[in-house]
Amino acid sequence: MAGEDVVLMKGNEAIARAAINYGVDAYFGYPITPQSEVLETLAEMKPWETTGMVVVQAESELAAINMVYGGAATGKMCMTSSSSPGVSLKQEGISYIAGAELPCLIVNVMRGGPGLGTIQPSQADYFQTVKGGGHGDYRLIALAPASVQEMADFVGLAFDLAFKYRNPAIIVADGVIGQMMEKVVLPKPRRRLTDEEVIARCPWAANGKAKGRKPNIITSLELDPSIMEQRNIHLQKKYAEIEENEVRYEEIECEDAEYLIVAFGSCARIGLKAMEEARAQGIKVGLLRPITIWPFPTKAIKARAQQMKGIMALELNAGQMIEDVKLAVECKIPVEHFGRLGGIVPDPDEVVAAIKEKLIK
Amino acid sequence: MNDNPMHYCPGCSHGVVHKLIAEVIEEMGMENKSVGVSPVGCAVFAYNYLDIDWEEAAHGRAPAVATAIKRLWPDRLVFTYQGDGDLACIGTAETIHALNRGENITIIFINNAIYGMTGGQMAPTTLIGMKTATCPYGRDPKIHGFPLKMANIAAQLDGTCYVTRQAVDTVAHIRKAKKALRKAFENSLQGKGANLVEFVSTCNSGWKMSPDASNKWMEENMAPFYPLGDLKDIDGIQR
Repeated sequence: MAGEDVVLMKGNEAIARAAINYGVDAYFGYPITPQSEVLETLAEMKPWETTGMVVVQAESELAAINMVYGGAATGKMCMTSSSSPGVSLKQEGISYIAGAELPCLIVNVMRGGPGLGTIQPSQADYFQTVKGGGHGDYRLIALAPASVQEMADFVGLAFDLAFKYRNPAIIVADGVIGQMMEKVVLPKPRRRLTDEEVIARCPWAANGKAKGRKPNIITSLELDPSIMEQRNIHLQKKYAEIEENEVRYEEIECEDAEYLIVAFGSCARIGLKAMEEARAQGIKVGLLRPITIWPFPTKAIKARAQQMKGIMALELNAGQMIEDVKLAVECKIPVEHFGRLGGIVPDPDEVVAAIKEKLIK
Repeated sequence: MNDNPMHYCPGCSHGVVHKLIAEVIEEMGMENKSVGVSPVGCAVFAYNYLDIDWEEAAHGRAPAVATAIKRLWPDRLVFTYQGDGDLACIGTAETIHALNRGENITIIFINNAIYGMTGGQMAPTTLIGMKTATCPYGRDPKIHGFPLKMANIAAQLDGTCYVTRQAVDTVAHIRKAKKALRKAFENSLQGKGANLVEFVSTCNSGWKMSPDASNKWMEENMAPFYPLGDLKDIDGIQR
């Protein structure tokens, strides 16, 4: 990271600017703290005058996600962003998008709940994201950025994965990552695809049937249960393929570690500092950071668990990801949870103290 | 129109309106440049009968879906096809805001004053005194409030250029309705603003009447409350 390409900005701003640079066709959103800078940045930059990107402030999160459905069904790159209460409202639309197998990007800059909760950071939407917040058996490709740089980088990655698998992808950030300013290098600007290129890339899309082809119908409805079961089996096969190919994670100082912190997003940053503090005190701690929280790095955690005396799942919630960590470890070693709730972000020394108290004893 | 057997009840207005849409699209030469958005309700399967591209929306969300399609493909003919529950109840916000943004789309509104697909429950447009499965003693404004005149609301919005109420119960009405549909579609294509074409319709199954009696009941009860004709017709909205 050097030279004039490096800029300083908030995570939310990086999302917006990366979307313009990546050639995203449309953004549909509704203001909610702590992510309103995404829409504000787009409005200020007026990409409709440069790349031709469509930006609409919708009347609600429901409308915004259904605009994404409409645009994604035509084969174009469409995205929305929101924060926890707004993402709850989007769940119906997300289920339809998953059911109709449409590629799109959803961004959740999580805040504390339940209910209206708080505008402070949280990771309490883990279950909603990876266990299915809407109805039906479906999965989202879920990327958890731990820096402003990853906010920018994951826009393109999310769209690439979404189109590769015809599946909605979600960037699961939190108020820390959305609001903090860091150095970032934005993706190089590229033009949007032409209509002809969109039609060629997405022969399944409903955008006015090109001559000679049959109508394309985008729907998640099928009343015949034998066909609906086949559709579901097809989805499950796709999800298995994604689990096989797209797990992403980062391991730091795990080689000699006796204790492992598993943490994603902003918590991984705190976990990193806690790891350094623990090592300064002679406790050999490593960090495993899931980058995809679905598909979850189950195999990697299972493999690392073999050398560990215990694992600490560090989350800004009451214990959600820990369930997946426990499933990976299969009860072979102790797995404990540490987290703060309701928008409180823990200090690294709290984490070290928790490791001592809960794992070392 | 294709040859798929329709699932609509004999006597239902949907079939006639579908045919009019198909004829107008064909006459405009837009078969390969149209995208329809079907609702949740009896017309959910509209995509089975017209050989154009379709997107099937969640209940009430069709105008939001259509907004994105039209914004991203401005030269396409984009329309939604919605019933009274879809458009005037669960999707009221999407309907009003898409119209008020002046989206260059046409919203086709089938108003038969009842929920057909779910078996004849009260709709937002059910008339006072009208009996349905969820107001079996008749719609009572003290309990159920009042029927909603969506076309009247739409006509007041700065984003709409054409708002009309039509019917398909007689040959004369069908001819007028086809002209109205053509005007709305042309407005949409020419970027003149949002269009709402309401069809005051029958639901002989839900109303528990013969098709013939339904048409008569519609004329005597629906038409006085939802009078036919143009509510607004301007040559493009002021942006």
